[in-house]
Amino acid sequence: MISYIIKRAMQSVVVLLAVGLVAFGMFRFVGDPIDNMLGQERTDADVERLRELLGLNDPFIVQYWDFLTGAIQGDMGVSFRQGRPALDIILERLPATLELATVSAVFAMVMGILLGIYTAINRKGFVTTTILTTSLIGVSLPTFLIGILLIYIFAVELGWLPSFGRGDVVDFGWWTTGLTSWGGIKSLILPAITLGLYQMTLIMRLVRSEMSEILRQDYIRFARARGLTEKTINFRHAVKNTLIPVITVAGLQIGSIIAFSIITETVFQWPGVGLLFIDSVQFVDIPVMASYLMLISVMFVGINFIVDMLYLAIDPRLRDGKEG
Amino acid sequence: MTLLDIKNMRVEFPGRHGVFTSVDDVSLTVAEGEILGLVGESGAGKSTVGNAIMGLLQPPGKMVQGEVILHGERIDQLSKADYRSIRGKRVAMIFQDPMTSLNPIETIEYQLVETILTHLDISREEAKKRAVDLLDQVGIPDPHIRIKQYPHQFSGGMRQRVVIALALCVEPELIIADEPTTALDVTIQAQILQLIKDLCRNRNLGVILVTHDMGVIAETADRVAVMYRGRLIEMGETDQIMHDPKEPYTRSLIAAVPPSNKKIDRFPKVAIEESDGNALQNFDLQGHWLGQGDAFDTSHSNLLEIENLNKRFVIQDAFFKRNRKYLDAIKDISFNVKAGETFGLVGESGSGKSTVARVITGIHTANGGSMRFAGMDLTGDVSAKQKSQVRRDIQMVFQDPYSSLNGRMKVGSIIAEPMLVNKLTRGKEERTEIVMDLLELVGLGKEAARKYPHEFSGGQRQRISIARALATRPRFLICDEPTSALDVSIQAQILNLLKDLQEELKLTLLFISHDLPVIRQMCDRIGVMRHGDLVEVAETEALFERPQHSYSQVLISQMPKFAK
Repeated sequence: MISYIIKRAMQSVVVLLAVGLVAFGMFRFVGDPIDNMLGQERTDADVERLRELLGLNDPFIVQYWDFLTGAIQGDMGVSFRQGRPALDIILERLPATLELATVSAVFAMVMGILLGIYTAINRKGFVTTTILTTSLIGVSLPTFLIGILLIYIFAVELGWLPSFGRGDVVDFGWWTTGLTSWGGIKSLILPAITLGLYQMTLIMRLVRSEMSEILRQDYIRFARARGLTEKTINFRHAVKNTLIPVITVAGLQIGSIIAFSIITETVFQWPGVGLLFIDSVQFVDIPVMASYLMLISVMFVGINFIVDMLYLAIDPRLRDGKEG
Repeated sequence: MTLLDIKNMRVEFPGRHGVFTSVDDVSLTVAEGEILGLVGESGAGKSTVGNAIMGLLQPPGKMVQGEVILHGERIDQLSKADYRSIRGKRVAMIFQDPMTSLNPIETIEYQLVETILTHLDISREEAKKRAVDLLDQVGIPDPHIRIKQYPHQFSGGMRQRVVIALALCVEPELIIADEPTTALDVTIQAQILQLIKDLCRNRNLGVILVTHDMGVIAETADRVAVMYRGRLIEMGETDQIMHDPKEPYTRSLIAAVPPSNKKIDRFPKVAIEESDGNALQNFDLQGHWLGQGDAFDTSHSNLLEIENLNKRFVIQDAFFKRNRKYLDAIKDISFNVKAGETFGLVGESGSGKSTVARVITGIHTANGGSMRFAGMDLTGDVSAKQKSQVRRDIQMVFQDPYSSLNGRMKVGSIIAEPMLVNKLTRGKEERTEIVMDLLELVGLGKEAARKYPHEFSGGQRQRISIARALATRPRFLICDEPTSALDVSIQAQILNLLKDLQEELKLTLLFISHDLPVIRQMCDRIGVMRHGDLVEVAETEALFERPQHSYSQVLISQMPKFAK
């Protein structure tokens, strides 16, 4: 068990280092930050001095090394644009993204699992067919289009919900939340649905196919033969077994929800890290981009780790280190 | 007193191509304390009878006619809720495969207590106590400890005991045991059957024992009912059915069981059959593509030489090597397979016999020892070219014909694939032609190429597997329990087919089975394995007549005997 955790932790470090390497390798192609930083009246000497100062003349490996040594000491560099520590800027924006991602992940999981179970138990019928057809539309449309569509219907035509921003936000200093006010919650609905729709469809279809498979298993037949009620069979025996593979996929999906939030945040002008990243790319703000990418990879790796632990918790067969 | 009375049961499965009658006008009775054997081959409808009694027919199946009377009370017309109160409480069922009958992620205690509480109005504490008692009664040692464990921590035989404990939870009057020992080893089978017999006597239970195994019936049942294609064709006392069957079908069914007491040349076939594998006769294999495989060195009398072979698996991984736990699946085994012979490996599950096959085919890598195939050292440095030749020369037929064929490929493509991968043919036309010939050869017919595996029965699928194995023109065929998933009559066909093919194509066979009578019929020499050791290698007749090793003696004495 402990060896497993150590092994996983070491793998995670390797993943993080690789992500950073690739990121720094690419930054050179994004553009030249100097163009944006110095005004019209610059001299070549100014450009060269700034370049040297920011370390932009070094090979990217050296830049990466500097970033890493700084990062270990908690210094993620200073934003080229805002002149403030990149980490502060990201941490400021992070609550907005995490809140959005959490709400859409919960939405995707709860709705996905419930609808999946429903459509697995009632394999035929009008409701099931409707859900499946609608969900197909959900997957086939790109996220930004769904966002724009939702804005058009609920914000522009019906005027029920705001079309952009976070609404009223309460600031705790280290965290900001929109969940305490009705306005904040209203602002969250459309982006959360937009962001979570794809994952919800995916989870629903996965749950449905897994559960249909489980319901055909011998132990379900045996449970029926023992006279257990349909409720117990479906919701205890079948669902718990269904969730084992679903957890892996769902876990990975939470990671991609955070990553996908770039698009949704752009469409809804949501003041989160995704929007920050897009702005930074336009400005070639290397420290912010690097910090963002590292942060996202830490989250991905962390979530994967949690998923693996959950696996152990649910499936007793894995606890013994044996195969089923 | 009559416990169960079935009158004129008829079960229909409406399908796209008309209504299929699975059970047709079956009437039978079971008395208290009696074991009724219900035999027949797959598709005979015997399991359907069991499911119909339980009210658990798979939709769209429906009992359209007849009555099921339990203790004078008609139960087949009960409402869903009322039926549920009968299931598990008055009529219980035991399924074939104990590996899949238990929910893998709940403890045994949870599953037992849940079932007890569903039917009885007692406290959780009492239910727990009762659960422990039940495990004790079905012969599970240390029930207090074992009850906290999960199904995967039990062996196959122990799991079947748990399944029986679950079935007995609330003292049912009738138990329907659907192939309860088919998935188990002979020694375990004997114990489980004894347990069922004891329970039946001590608790005055009625038991319907559904099985295809005549040996099991002969040892266990009081009366026997024989089913064929949905109809009950003969019913009587076990002795009478076994020794003096009236119906020709029953007679041929009994004849098809491989005799355990003598070696015969070919297996008698069941008289009434659906398809027959007689295509071999009009086939000139020597002149055919199949007969013209790689030329090989015939100077070695031993095609396969295995010396001190070892294979260990890590069963518990750890960061430090010394903390890792290993399982030695095969320990220092040595044997030779002579060209042209059939070498049998016999042993119970977990004895390592399948691992031997997997190491030979290269699925697993050996941890030590040497393997020489036609003089070539397989464990040393082998060039890629030699490796691919060896892979072509050694082919395998797997146990389960349901999972060893890709369900999304047509049979034609399945058989053509090995030729395609190994670039054995000149083009598509030649390949198609060979596929057709192979299908004819194994007795399926050309039309089979266009169908998907699920359209075939188990026996037919095993023929497809054999055709696929032959497609690389192998010299050495490893058959890992090729018939243990099949009916006796189908088993006879497949074994005859293997014998014929061996003769025609000069194949060498490594035949792995736990079924001693089958091994006796098929093999020239036999190796007995136990816990990874090869305890004895002997000529077939010598082994059966005079087993030397104590384990071989136990194994042979445990095999279900029924003298004809």
